[in-house]
Amino acid sequence: MLNGNPTAMNGDAKRCFKLLIVDDSNIMRRRIERLQQFEDLQLVGTAGNGLEALELFKRTDPDVVTMDLTMPRMDGIECIGQLVALKPAVRILVISALADKATAVEAMERGANGFLEKPFTDRQLNEAIADLMR
Amino acid sequence: MLHEQELKTFVEGTTNFFEVTAQQPASIGSPYLMEGSPAVHEYTGVINISGKREGVVYFTASKAMLTVLLMKMQENDFSHETMRDLVGEVANTISGNARRDFGREFVISVPSVLSGEKPHIPQKPGMRSFIIPINWRSHSAKLIVALT
Repeated sequence: MLNGNPTAMNGDAKRCFKLLIVDDSNIMRRRIERLQQFEDLQLVGTAGNGLEALELFKRTDPDVVTMDLTMPRMDGIECIGQLVALKPAVRILVISALADKATAVEAMERGANGFLEKPFTDRQLNEAIADLMR
Repeated sequence: MLHEQELKTFVEGTTNFFEVTAQQPASIGSPYLMEGSPAVHEYTGVINISGKREGVVYFTASKAMLTVLLMKMQENDFSHETMRDLVGEVANTISGNARRDFGREFVISVPSVLSGEKPHIPQKPGMRSFIIPINWRSHSAKLIVALT
């Protein structure tokens, strides 16, 4: 179970985790949005860079974030640090083409919980999100 | 200077991109040294490289190829902006994956995109430029790698 602030939806007992998608590519954002087929995930926003993500994060208080790294205005590494400072329990899945180990290690040290390398299959994305929510 | 052996990184990255994203492998031709200004397709994604190496990586493809690729990705927006987005994302993914071999000092920019214009290939001492031909389904594209 996720260590976040699960939000009850529609007054029933089912708990729902709020998801924020951060990527500078519209195609990638839509692809992640289409694939998140988890009943207990509710998309609360999408952002195209780190600054937009920070603003949306403060407004929507997500529990789960997918985060690109190479983005304009504020990159993903910087953004992860700021999101974790705001909400240490947030779960962050980095989704990036940057394939060197040092970058993955730095992202995890900043507070990310998982790393999915681009390109990815639908199955890999679903598994990565499922892992994040365990 | 970019060596032929290092091109393997980009060839593998391109192969992997099509296999994973489109579930249909591309046929990658033998890379060759570029001379003069390269012919490009309608859309060209540009990644500037800095850090340990300097230069550019271009992925150039036709609208027809990008349209089919978008279909394979289950995308239903085929606008000019989406074509630009995709060609930039392909260039970004192949360049980012190259850090597996080149390391984090191989710094990649956010993508920029040319729509029909000829790309500027920087000329620097020690820089060599290679063209990697890509054939996918009935379409052809190119990866252009110019690095010190």
